[in-house]
Amino acid sequence: MKTLVWVEHDGKAVKDATLAVVTAASKLGEVHLLVAGSGVDAVAQEAAQIAGVGKVHVADNAAFDHNLPENVAPLVAELMASHDAFLAPATTTGKNIAPRVAALLDVMQISEILSVEGPKTFTRPIYAGNAIATVESSDAKLVLTVRGTAFDKAATSGGSGTVEAVGAGGDAGISSFVGAEIAKQDRPELTSAKIIVSGGRALGSSEKYQEVIVPLADKLNAALGASRAAVDAGYVPNDYQVGQTGKIVAPQVYFAIGISGAIQHLAGMKDSKTIVAINKDEDAPIFQVADFGLVADLFSAVPELTGKI
Amino acid sequence: MKILVPVKRVLDYNVKPRVKSDGTGVDLANVKMSMNPFDEIGVEEAIRLKEKGVATEIVAVSVGPAKAQETLRTALAMGADRAILVQTDDDVEPLALAKIFKAIADAEQPGLVILGKQAIDGDNNQTGQMLAALTGWAQGTFASAVNVEGDHVSVTREVDGGLETVKLKLPAIVTTDLRLNEPRYASLPNIMKAKSKPLDTKTPADYGVDTAPRVKTVKVSEPPVRSAGVKVADVDELVAKLKAMGVHS
Repeated sequence: MKTLVWVEHDGKAVKDATLAVVTAASKLGEVHLLVAGSGVDAVAQEAAQIAGVGKVHVADNAAFDHNLPENVAPLVAELMASHDAFLAPATTTGKNIAPRVAALLDVMQISEILSVEGPKTFTRPIYAGNAIATVESSDAKLVLTVRGTAFDKAATSGGSGTVEAVGAGGDAGISSFVGAEIAKQDRPELTSAKIIVSGGRALGSSEKYQEVIVPLADKLNAALGASRAAVDAGYVPNDYQVGQTGKIVAPQVYFAIGISGAIQHLAGMKDSKTIVAINKDEDAPIFQVADFGLVADLFSAVPELTGKI
Repeated sequence: MKILVPVKRVLDYNVKPRVKSDGTGVDLANVKMSMNPFDEIGVEEAIRLKEKGVATEIVAVSVGPAKAQETLRTALAMGADRAILVQTDDDVEPLALAKIFKAIADAEQPGLVILGKQAIDGDNNQTGQMLAALTGWAQGTFASAVNVEGDHVSVTREVDGGLETVKLKLPAIVTTDLRLNEPRYASLPNIMKAKSKPLDTKTPADYGVDTAPRVKTVKVSEPPVRSAGVKVADVDELVAKLKAMGVHS
Protein backbone atom coordinates (compact mmCIF):
# COMPACT_ATOMS: atom_id res chain seq x y z
CA MET A 1 0.00 0.00 0.00
CA LYS A 2 1.24 3.50 -0.84
CA THR A 3 0.44 6.11 1.78
CA LEU A 4 0.52 9.88 1.54
CA VAL A 5 1.19 11.75 4.78
CA TRP A 6 0.36 15.42 5.31
CA VAL A 7 3.44 17.21 6.65
CA GLU A 8 2.46 19.83 9.17
CA HIS A 9 5.00 22.64 9.17
CA ASP A 10 5.37 26.34 9.86
CA GLY A 11 7.18 27.17 6.65
CA LYS A 12 10.55 26.62 8.30
CA ALA A 13 10.49 23.23 10.02
CA VAL A 14 8.46 20.02 10.22
CA LYS A 15 6.12 20.02 13.22
CA ASP A 16 6.31 17.12 15.65
CA ALA A 17 2.70 16.12 14.99
CA THR A 18 3.87 14.76 11.61
CA LEU A 19 6.19 12.17 13.17
CA ALA A 20 3.50 10.08 14.86
CA VAL A 21 1.59 10.02 11.57
CA VAL A 22 4.66 8.65 9.77
CA THR A 23 4.75 5.81 12.32
CA ALA A 24 1.07 5.04 11.71
CA ALA A 25 1.55 5.18 7.92
CA SER A 26 4.57 2.85 8.05
CA LYS A 27 2.29 0.18 9.55
CA LEU A 28 0.22 0.33 6.35
CA GLY A 29 2.93 0.43 3.71
CA GLU A 30 5.24 2.70 1.78
CA VAL A 31 5.41 6.22 3.24
CA HIS A 32 5.24 9.25 0.95
CA LEU A 33 5.00 12.76 2.32
CA LEU A 34 3.38 15.92 1.02
CA VAL A 35 4.91 19.29 1.82
CA ALA A 36 2.75 22.17 0.58
CA GLY A 37 3.47 25.89 0.71
CA SER A 38 5.76 28.48 -0.79
CA GLY A 39 9.52 28.40 -0.23
CA VAL A 40 9.39 25.07 1.58
CA ASP A 41 12.63 23.54 0.27
CA ALA A 42 14.20 23.41 3.74
CA VAL A 43 11.09 21.71 5.13
CA ALA A 44 11.15 19.16 2.30
CA GLN A 45 14.84 18.40 2.90
CA GLU A 46 14.17 17.96 6.62
CA ALA A 47 11.14 15.75 5.89
CA ALA A 48 13.22 13.52 3.61
CA GLN A 49 15.46 12.69 6.59
CA ILE A 50 12.58 11.22 8.64
CA ALA A 51 13.18 7.51 9.13
CA GLY A 52 11.18 5.32 6.77
CA VAL A 53 10.22 7.98 4.24
CA GLY A 54 10.30 6.93 0.58
CA LYS A 55 9.32 10.03 -1.32
CA VAL A 56 8.59 13.66 -0.51
CA HIS A 57 6.17 15.44 -2.84
CA VAL A 58 6.67 19.19 -2.75
CA ALA A 59 3.90 21.49 -3.92
CA ASP A 60 5.59 24.89 -3.95
CA ASN A 61 2.81 27.42 -4.37
CA ALA A 62 1.76 30.41 -2.27
CA ALA A 63 -1.86 29.23 -2.59
CA PHE A 64 -0.99 26.45 -0.14
CA ASP A 65 0.39 28.77 2.54
CA HIS A 66 -1.82 28.83 5.63
CA ASN A 67 -3.24 25.41 4.71
CA LEU A 68 -6.46 26.74 3.22
CA PRO A 69 -8.48 23.55 2.66
CA GLU A 70 -10.26 24.99 -0.39
CA ASN A 71 -6.86 25.07 -2.15
CA VAL A 72 -5.10 22.15 -0.50
CA ALA A 73 -7.81 19.46 -0.66
CA PRO A 74 -7.96 19.33 -4.49
CA LEU A 75 -4.14 18.98 -4.55
CA VAL A 76 -4.27 16.04 -2.14
CA ALA A 77 -7.19 14.46 -3.99
CA GLU A 78 -5.21 14.61 -7.22
CA LEU A 79 -2.14 13.00 -5.62
CA MET A 80 -4.40 10.28 -4.24
CA ALA A 81 -4.83 8.96 -7.80
CA SER A 82 -1.47 7.27 -7.23
CA HIS A 83 -1.77 6.55 -3.47
CA ASP A 84 -3.98 4.24 -1.43
CA ALA A 85 -4.21 6.05 1.89
CA PHE A 86 -4.05 9.68 3.04
CA LEU A 87 -3.04 10.29 6.65
CA ALA A 88 -3.02 13.59 8.51
CA PRO A 89 -2.39 14.40 12.15
CA ALA A 90 -5.56 14.96 14.22
CA THR A 91 -4.55 18.59 14.75
CA THR A 92 -6.81 21.51 13.87
CA THR A 93 -5.03 21.64 10.49
CA GLY A 94 -5.42 17.92 9.77
CA LYS A 95 -9.05 17.92 10.93
CA ASN A 96 -9.76 20.87 8.66
CA ILE A 97 -8.28 19.31 5.51
CA ALA A 98 -8.76 15.52 5.69
CA PRO A 99 -12.59 15.33 5.57
CA ARG A 100 -12.61 17.72 2.61
CA VAL A 101 -10.21 15.37 0.83
CA ALA A 102 -12.30 12.34 1.84
CA ALA A 103 -15.50 13.79 0.39
CA LEU A 104 -13.72 14.71 -2.87
CA LEU A 105 -12.65 11.05 -3.10
CA ASP A 106 -16.08 9.77 -1.98
CA VAL A 107 -14.43 8.04 0.97
CA MET A 108 -15.71 7.83 4.54
CA GLN A 109 -12.87 9.09 6.74
CA ILE A 110 -11.78 7.31 9.92
CA SER A 111 -10.96 9.97 12.51
CA GLU A 112 -8.34 9.98 15.28
CA ILE A 113 -7.07 6.43 14.94
CA LEU A 114 -5.41 5.00 18.04
CA SER A 115 -4.00 1.84 16.45
CA VAL A 116 -3.66 0.00 13.18
CA GLU A 117 -5.23 -3.46 13.55
CA GLY A 118 -5.12 -4.53 9.90
CA PRO A 119 -4.84 -3.07 6.39
CA LYS A 120 -8.30 -1.50 6.74
CA THR A 121 -9.02 -1.98 10.43
CA PHE A 122 -8.35 0.60 13.13
CA THR A 123 -9.35 1.52 16.66
CA ARG A 124 -10.65 4.98 17.47
CA PRO A 125 -12.21 6.70 20.48
CA ILE A 126 -15.90 7.54 20.48
CA TYR A 127 -17.94 9.35 23.16
CA ALA A 128 -14.83 11.37 24.11
CA GLY A 129 -12.88 8.21 24.80
CA ASN A 130 -15.54 6.61 26.99
CA ALA A 131 -15.66 3.81 24.44
CA ILE A 132 -13.19 2.48 21.89
CA ALA A 133 -14.53 1.34 18.52
CA THR A 134 -12.76 -1.11 16.25
CA VAL A 135 -13.77 -0.19 12.72
CA GLU A 136 -13.13 -1.55 9.26
CA SER A 137 -13.30 0.50 6.08
CA SER A 138 -14.89 -0.88 2.92
CA ASP A 139 -13.78 2.03 0.73
CA ALA A 140 -11.22 1.53 -2.03
CA LYS A 141 -8.97 4.20 -0.51
CA LEU A 142 -8.37 5.27 3.07
CA VAL A 143 -8.49 8.73 4.62
CA LEU A 144 -7.34 8.78 8.24
CA THR A 145 -6.49 11.27 10.93
CA VAL A 146 -4.08 10.06 13.58
CA ARG A 147 -4.13 10.85 17.30
CA GLY A 148 -0.55 11.90 18.03
CA THR A 149 -0.43 10.60 21.60
CA ALA A 150 -1.25 7.06 20.43
CA PHE A 151 1.80 6.46 18.20
CA ASP A 152 5.54 6.78 18.80
CA LYS A 153 7.27 9.54 16.95
CA ALA A 154 9.34 8.46 13.95
CA ALA A 155 13.05 9.33 14.19
CA THR A 156 13.91 12.64 12.54
CA SER A 157 17.05 11.23 10.93
CA GLY A 158 18.13 8.12 9.10
CA GLY A 159 15.73 8.50 6.19
CA SER A 160 16.74 9.09 2.61
CA GLY A 161 13.56 10.09 0.82
CA THR A 162 13.69 11.48 -2.70
CA VAL A 163 12.25 14.95 -3.15
CA GLU A 164 9.97 15.47 -6.11
CA ALA A 165 8.11 18.60 -7.19
CA VAL A 166 4.41 18.36 -7.96
CA GLY A 167 3.04 21.17 -10.03
CA ALA A 168 -0.70 20.84 -9.69
CA GLY A 169 -3.22 23.04 -8.01
CA GLY A 170 -3.69 26.67 -7.21
CA ASP A 171 -5.98 29.21 -5.62
CA ALA A 172 -9.65 28.20 -5.72
CA GLY A 173 -10.44 31.88 -5.21
CA ILE A 174 -13.09 31.41 -2.52
CA SER A 175 -11.08 31.88 0.68
CA SER A 176 -8.17 33.90 1.99
CA PHE A 177 -6.09 34.05 5.14
CA VAL A 178 -6.49 37.28 7.10
CA GLY A 179 -4.29 36.82 10.16
CA ALA A 180 -3.47 34.79 13.24
CA GLU A 181 -3.07 35.44 16.91
CA ILE A 182 -0.99 32.60 18.18
CA ALA A 183 -0.69 32.52 21.94
CA LYS A 184 2.69 33.60 23.25
CA GLN A 185 5.08 30.73 23.72
CA ASP A 186 5.85 31.47 27.37
CA ARG A 187 3.32 28.85 28.35
CA PRO A 188 2.79 25.50 26.60
CA GLU A 189 -0.51 24.98 24.85
CA LEU A 190 -3.11 22.82 26.53
CA THR A 191 -3.27 20.00 23.99
CA SER A 192 0.49 19.42 23.79
CA ALA A 193 1.65 20.35 27.32
CA LYS A 194 3.59 17.84 29.41
CA ILE A 195 2.04 19.19 32.60
CA ILE A 196 -1.39 20.77 33.05
CA VAL A 197 -2.69 22.52 36.14
CA SER A 198 -6.49 22.75 36.13
CA GLY A 199 -8.77 24.52 38.56
CA GLY A 200 -12.42 23.93 39.33
CA ARG A 201 -15.48 25.50 40.84
CA ALA A 202 -14.09 25.24 44.38
CA LEU A 203 -11.75 28.16 43.65
CA GLY A 204 -14.74 30.45 43.93
CA SER A 205 -13.50 33.34 41.80
CA SER A 206 -11.34 34.46 38.91
CA GLU A 207 -9.00 36.20 41.40
CA LYS A 208 -8.46 32.97 43.34
CA TYR A 209 -7.73 31.11 40.10
CA GLN A 210 -5.01 33.68 39.37
CA GLU A 211 -3.71 33.57 42.95
CA VAL A 212 -3.70 29.79 43.48
CA ILE A 213 -3.53 27.99 40.12
CA VAL A 214 -1.34 30.28 38.01
CA PRO A 215 1.74 30.33 40.32
CA LEU A 216 1.87 26.50 40.41
CA ALA A 217 1.58 26.37 36.62
CA ASP A 218 4.30 29.01 36.30
CA LYS A 219 6.61 27.07 38.56
CA LEU A 220 6.15 23.82 36.59
CA ASN A 221 6.03 25.49 33.16
CA ALA A 222 2.59 23.94 32.82
CA ALA A 223 -0.46 24.76 30.71
CA LEU A 224 -3.55 26.12 32.44
CA GLY A 225 -6.86 24.28 32.36
CA ALA A 226 -10.25 24.37 34.03
CA SER A 227 -13.41 22.37 34.51
CA ARG A 228 -16.60 23.33 32.75
CA ALA A 229 -18.02 24.51 36.07
CA ALA A 230 -15.15 26.99 36.46
CA VAL A 231 -15.60 28.18 32.88
CA ASP A 232 -19.37 28.52 33.27
CA ALA A 233 -18.81 30.50 36.48
CA GLY A 234 -16.61 32.88 34.48
CA TYR A 235 -13.32 32.27 36.33
CA VAL A 236 -11.46 31.68 33.06
CA PRO A 237 -12.22 31.88 29.33
CA ASN A 238 -13.84 28.97 27.48
CA ASP A 239 -10.64 27.87 25.78
CA TYR A 240 -9.31 26.70 29.15
CA GLN A 241 -11.96 24.01 29.37
CA VAL A 242 -10.83 20.42 29.61
CA GLY A 243 -13.60 17.91 29.05
CA GLN A 244 -15.93 16.23 26.65
CA THR A 245 -17.08 19.50 25.13
CA GLY A 246 -13.74 21.23 25.66
CA LYS A 247 -10.24 20.01 24.99
CA ILE A 248 -9.17 16.38 25.23
CA VAL A 249 -5.75 16.22 26.87
CA ALA A 250 -3.27 13.51 27.80
CA PRO A 251 -0.27 15.13 29.52
CA GLN A 252 2.38 13.39 31.60
CA VAL A 253 0.97 14.97 34.75
CA TYR A 254 -2.48 16.47 35.24
CA PHE A 255 -3.27 18.44 38.39
CA ALA A 256 -7.00 18.58 39.15
CA ILE A 257 -7.43 21.21 41.83
CA GLY A 258 -10.82 21.81 43.39
CA ILE A 259 -12.37 19.72 40.64
CA SER A 260 -14.97 17.18 41.77
CA GLY A 261 -14.57 15.02 38.66
CA ALA A 262 -17.83 15.19 36.71
CA ILE A 263 -18.06 12.64 33.84
CA GLN A 264 -17.83 15.55 31.45
CA HIS A 265 -14.43 16.51 32.86
CA LEU A 266 -13.06 12.99 33.29
CA ALA A 267 -13.75 12.30 29.62
CA GLY A 268 -11.27 15.01 28.70
CA MET A 269 -8.34 14.09 30.94
CA LYS A 270 -8.50 10.47 32.00
CA ASP A 271 -5.81 9.43 29.52
CA SER A 272 -3.26 11.57 31.36
CA LYS A 273 -0.27 9.52 32.47
CA THR A 274 -0.42 10.64 36.09
CA ILE A 275 -3.35 12.41 37.71
CA VAL A 276 -2.92 14.41 40.90
CA ALA A 277 -6.10 15.50 42.67
CA ILE A 278 -6.42 18.01 45.47
CA ASN A 279 -9.88 18.36 46.91
CA LYS A 280 -11.30 18.77 50.38
CA ASP A 281 -14.17 16.35 49.73
CA GLU A 282 -12.71 12.90 50.18
CA ASP A 283 -15.67 11.33 48.38
CA ALA A 284 -15.15 13.41 45.22
CA PRO A 285 -15.20 11.13 42.13
CA ILE A 286 -11.89 12.61 40.97
CA PHE A 287 -10.13 10.46 43.60
CA GLN A 288 -11.33 7.33 41.79
CA VAL A 289 -9.08 8.12 38.85
CA ALA A 290 -6.27 9.97 40.62
CA ASP A 291 -2.86 8.37 41.04
CA PHE A 292 -2.08 10.71 43.92
CA GLY A 293 -4.94 12.17 45.91
CA LEU A 294 -4.60 14.78 48.62
CA VAL A 295 -7.63 15.52 50.74
CA ALA A 296 -6.99 19.07 51.82
CA ASP A 297 -8.15 22.67 51.60
CA LEU A 298 -6.76 23.80 48.26
CA PHE A 299 -6.27 27.39 49.45
CA SER A 300 -3.56 26.28 51.85
CA ALA A 301 -2.32 23.08 50.15
CA VAL A 302 -1.67 24.51 46.70
CA PRO A 303 0.43 27.51 47.78
CA GLU A 304 2.38 25.13 50.03
CA LEU A 305 2.91 22.78 47.08
CA THR A 306 3.99 25.71 44.88
CA GLY A 307 6.50 26.69 47.54
CA LYS A 308 7.95 23.22 48.00
CA ILE A 309 8.00 21.71 44.53
CA MET B 1 -30.04 35.39 3.61
CA LYS B 2 -31.21 31.98 4.66
CA ILE B 3 -29.22 29.91 7.18
CA LEU B 4 -29.33 26.13 7.30
CA VAL B 5 -28.57 24.61 10.71
CA PRO B 6 -28.12 20.84 10.99
CA VAL B 7 -28.74 19.46 14.51
CA LYS B 8 -28.21 15.99 15.93
CA ARG B 9 -29.92 14.14 18.75
CA VAL B 10 -27.21 12.60 20.94
CA LEU B 11 -26.69 11.13 24.37
CA ASP B 12 -26.83 14.04 26.84
CA TYR B 13 -23.34 15.22 27.71
CA ASN B 14 -23.96 14.67 31.42
CA VAL B 15 -24.77 10.99 31.00
CA LYS B 16 -21.94 8.49 31.27
CA PRO B 17 -21.90 6.35 28.11
CA ARG B 18 -22.14 2.63 28.87
CA VAL B 19 -20.78 0.10 26.44
CA LYS B 20 -23.24 -2.71 25.72
CA SER B 21 -22.11 -6.07 27.05
CA ASP B 22 -22.30 -7.66 23.59
CA GLY B 23 -19.79 -5.08 22.29
CA THR B 24 -22.08 -3.76 19.55
CA GLY B 25 -22.17 -0.16 20.70
CA VAL B 26 -23.18 2.21 23.47
CA ASP B 27 -26.46 1.64 25.28
CA LEU B 28 -28.95 4.36 24.32
CA ALA B 29 -32.07 2.72 25.78
CA ASN B 30 -33.83 4.79 28.44
CA VAL B 31 -31.14 7.45 28.73
CA LYS B 32 -31.47 11.19 28.40
CA MET B 33 -30.92 12.45 24.87
CA SER B 34 -30.30 16.10 23.97
CA MET B 35 -29.20 18.32 21.15
CA ASN B 36 -25.48 17.96 20.42
CA PRO B 37 -23.92 20.90 22.36
CA PHE B 38 -21.95 22.17 19.34
CA ASP B 39 -25.16 22.19 17.25
CA GLU B 40 -26.87 24.22 19.96
CA ILE B 41 -24.12 26.80 19.51
CA GLY B 42 -24.84 26.70 15.76
CA VAL B 43 -28.55 27.38 16.31
CA GLU B 44 -27.69 30.25 18.66
CA GLU B 45 -25.31 31.81 16.13
CA ALA B 46 -27.93 31.64 13.40
CA ILE B 47 -30.46 33.33 15.69
CA ARG B 48 -27.96 36.09 16.53
CA LEU B 49 -27.34 36.68 12.81
CA LYS B 50 -31.10 36.95 12.33
CA GLU B 51 -31.39 39.37 15.25
CA LYS B 52 -28.65 41.50 13.63
CA GLY B 53 -30.67 41.59 10.42
CA VAL B 54 -28.11 39.54 8.49
CA ALA B 55 -30.25 36.41 8.22
CA THR B 56 -33.90 36.34 7.21
CA GLU B 57 -34.81 32.73 7.80
CA ILE B 58 -33.36 29.83 9.81
CA VAL B 59 -34.04 26.26 8.70
CA ALA B 60 -33.10 23.54 11.18
CA VAL B 61 -32.55 20.07 9.79
CA SER B 62 -31.93 16.74 11.48
CA VAL B 63 -31.21 13.28 10.12
CA GLY B 64 -32.33 10.66 12.59
CA PRO B 65 -35.18 8.69 14.13
CA ALA B 66 -38.71 10.02 14.68
CA LYS B 67 -37.62 11.25 18.11
CA ALA B 68 -35.20 13.68 16.49
CA GLN B 69 -38.36 15.78 16.11
CA GLU B 70 -37.83 16.75 19.76
CA THR B 71 -34.39 18.08 18.90
CA LEU B 72 -35.85 20.06 16.02
CA ARG B 73 -38.59 21.44 18.30
CA THR B 74 -35.84 22.61 20.65
CA ALA B 75 -34.20 24.45 17.74
CA LEU B 76 -37.56 25.95 16.81
CA ALA B 77 -38.18 27.00 20.42
CA MET B 78 -34.78 28.70 20.49
CA GLY B 79 -35.71 30.68 17.38
CA ALA B 80 -35.40 28.67 14.16
CA ASP B 81 -38.26 29.33 11.74
CA ARG B 82 -38.95 25.90 10.31
CA ALA B 83 -37.53 22.42 10.38
CA ILE B 84 -36.87 19.39 8.18
CA LEU B 85 -36.61 15.90 9.65
CA VAL B 86 -34.90 13.40 7.36
CA GLN B 87 -36.20 10.34 9.09
CA THR B 88 -34.19 7.13 9.32
CA ASP B 89 -33.37 4.60 12.01
CA ASP B 90 -29.97 3.94 10.43
CA ASP B 91 -26.81 5.30 11.96
CA VAL B 92 -25.91 7.69 9.14
CA GLU B 93 -22.21 8.36 8.54
CA PRO B 94 -20.83 11.87 7.99
CA LEU B 95 -20.30 11.32 4.24
CA ALA B 96 -23.95 10.34 3.71
CA LEU B 97 -25.06 13.19 6.01
CA ALA B 98 -23.05 15.63 3.91
CA LYS B 99 -24.74 14.28 0.77
CA ILE B 100 -28.19 14.80 2.31
CA PHE B 101 -27.29 18.34 3.44
CA LYS B 102 -25.89 19.05 -0.04
CA ALA B 103 -29.23 18.08 -1.58
CA ILE B 104 -31.08 20.26 0.94
CA ALA B 105 -28.67 23.14 0.27
CA ASP B 106 -29.35 22.79 -3.47
CA ALA B 107 -33.07 23.11 -2.79
CA GLU B 108 -32.94 25.80 -0.09
CA GLN B 109 -30.02 27.92 -1.40
CA PRO B 110 -28.78 29.09 2.02
CA GLY B 111 -26.10 31.78 2.36
CA LEU B 112 -24.58 29.96 5.30
CA VAL B 113 -24.73 26.46 6.72
CA ILE B 114 -23.72 26.41 10.39
CA LEU B 115 -22.90 22.99 11.86
CA GLY B 116 -21.40 21.81 15.13
CA LYS B 117 -17.73 20.97 14.68
CA GLN B 118 -18.47 17.43 15.82
CA ALA B 119 -21.18 15.38 17.47
CA ILE B 120 -20.24 14.18 20.94
CA ASP B 121 -21.21 10.58 20.18
CA GLY B 122 -19.16 9.62 17.10
CA ASP B 123 -16.61 12.45 17.54
CA ASN B 124 -15.96 12.33 13.79
CA ASN B 125 -15.53 16.05 13.10
CA GLN B 126 -16.17 15.59 9.37
CA THR B 127 -19.65 16.56 8.23
CA GLY B 128 -19.09 20.30 7.75
CA GLN B 129 -15.84 19.88 5.86
CA MET B 130 -17.39 17.16 3.68
CA LEU B 131 -20.41 19.34 2.92
CA ALA B 132 -17.99 22.12 1.93
CA ALA B 133 -16.22 19.74 -0.47
CA LEU B 134 -19.48 18.55 -2.05
CA THR B 135 -20.90 22.06 -2.49
CA GLY B 136 -17.53 23.50 -3.51
CA TRP B 137 -18.03 26.24 -0.91
CA ALA B 138 -15.43 27.66 1.44
CA GLN B 139 -15.28 26.40 5.04
CA GLY B 140 -14.61 28.14 8.34
CA THR B 141 -14.22 25.35 10.87
CA PHE B 142 -13.97 25.56 14.70
CA ALA B 143 -15.36 29.10 14.67
CA SER B 144 -15.11 31.40 17.66
CA ALA B 145 -16.38 34.49 15.78
CA VAL B 146 -18.50 34.89 12.65
CA ASN B 147 -18.98 38.24 10.90
CA VAL B 148 -20.89 38.57 7.65
CA GLU B 149 -19.54 41.49 5.59
CA GLY B 150 -21.35 41.94 2.25
CA ASP B 151 -20.71 38.92 0.04
CA HIS B 152 -18.09 37.51 2.42
CA VAL B 153 -17.98 36.08 5.90
CA SER B 154 -15.00 36.45 8.14
CA VAL B 155 -14.50 33.54 10.51
CA THR B 156 -12.12 33.47 13.45
CA ARG B 157 -11.03 29.89 14.03
CA GLU B 158 -9.75 28.14 17.13
CA VAL B 159 -6.54 26.49 16.01
CA ASP B 160 -3.88 24.68 18.02
CA GLY B 161 -2.07 27.38 19.92
CA GLY B 162 -4.37 30.29 19.21
CA LEU B 163 -6.74 31.87 16.73
CA GLU B 164 -6.70 32.51 13.01
CA THR B 165 -9.05 34.50 10.83
CA VAL B 166 -10.08 33.60 7.30
CA LYS B 167 -12.28 35.45 4.85
CA LEU B 168 -14.69 33.27 2.89
CA LYS B 169 -16.83 33.98 -0.14
CA LEU B 170 -20.55 33.35 0.48
CA PRO B 171 -22.25 30.93 0.44
CA ALA B 172 -20.04 29.21 2.97
CA ILE B 173 -19.91 26.51 5.62
CA VAL B 174 -19.17 27.32 9.27
CA THR B 175 -18.56 24.79 12.04
CA THR B 176 -18.83 25.93 15.64
CA ASP B 177 -16.42 25.69 18.53
CA LEU B 178 -17.22 26.28 22.20
CA ARG B 179 -16.22 29.93 22.38
CA LEU B 180 -18.55 31.13 19.63
CA ASN B 181 -21.44 31.91 21.98
CA GLU B 182 -23.51 30.72 24.91
CA PRO B 183 -26.77 29.25 23.66
CA ARG B 184 -29.97 30.67 25.13
CA TYR B 185 -32.60 28.67 26.92
CA ALA B 186 -35.94 28.54 25.18
CA SER B 187 -38.65 30.42 27.11
CA LEU B 188 -41.92 28.68 27.90
CA PRO B 189 -43.96 30.86 25.48
CA ASN B 190 -41.42 30.09 22.76
CA ILE B 191 -41.61 26.36 23.50
CA MET B 192 -45.38 26.62 23.06
CA LYS B 193 -45.00 28.64 19.87
CA ALA B 194 -42.50 26.12 18.47
CA LYS B 195 -45.18 23.46 18.48
CA SER B 196 -46.98 25.18 15.63
CA LYS B 197 -43.92 26.00 13.52
CA PRO B 198 -43.67 23.97 10.29
CA LEU B 199 -41.77 20.67 10.41
CA ASP B 200 -41.47 18.66 7.18
CA THR B 201 -40.64 14.98 7.27
CA LYS B 202 -38.55 13.43 4.49
CA THR B 203 -36.40 10.34 4.01
CA PRO B 204 -32.82 9.94 2.73
CA ALA B 205 -34.32 8.34 -0.40
CA ASP B 206 -36.19 11.59 -1.13
CA TYR B 207 -32.76 13.14 -1.63
CA GLY B 208 -31.41 10.14 -3.53
CA VAL B 209 -28.83 9.38 -0.88
CA ASP B 210 -27.72 5.85 -0.04
CA THR B 211 -27.02 5.66 3.71
CA ALA B 212 -25.45 2.19 3.70
CA PRO B 213 -22.37 2.41 5.94
CA ARG B 214 -18.90 2.43 4.39
CA VAL B 215 -17.23 1.73 7.71
CA LYS B 216 -18.19 -1.36 9.66
CA THR B 217 -18.02 -1.30 13.44
CA VAL B 218 -16.35 -4.59 14.35
CA LYS B 219 -16.77 -4.04 18.08
CA VAL B 220 -17.07 -1.39 20.75
CA SER B 221 -15.24 -1.90 23.99
CA GLU B 222 -14.59 -0.14 27.27
CA PRO B 223 -11.42 1.92 27.36
CA PRO B 224 -8.64 0.60 29.59
CA VAL B 225 -9.80 1.08 33.18
CA ARG B 226 -7.97 3.49 35.38
CA SER B 227 -7.66 2.36 38.91
CA ALA B 228 -7.48 4.73 41.83
CA GLY B 229 -3.99 5.29 43.15
CA VAL B 230 -3.00 6.30 46.61
CA LYS B 231 -4.03 9.06 48.97
CA VAL B 232 -1.12 11.06 50.25
CA ALA B 233 -1.18 12.36 53.81
CA ASP B 234 0.13 15.85 53.19
CA VAL B 235 1.83 18.21 50.77
CA ASP B 236 5.30 16.94 51.71
CA GLU B 237 4.42 13.41 50.71
CA LEU B 238 2.92 14.67 47.44
CA VAL B 239 6.06 16.70 46.71
CA ALA B 240 8.19 13.61 47.36
CA LYS B 241 6.06 11.49 44.99
CA LEU B 242 6.21 14.14 42.29
CA LYS B 243 9.95 14.64 42.65
CA ALA B 244 10.44 10.87 42.37
CA MET B 245 8.72 11.11 38.98
CA GLY B 246 10.94 13.98 37.93
CA VAL B 247 8.28 16.63 38.37
CA HIS B 248 9.74 19.72 39.96
CA SER B 249 10.47 23.30 39.06
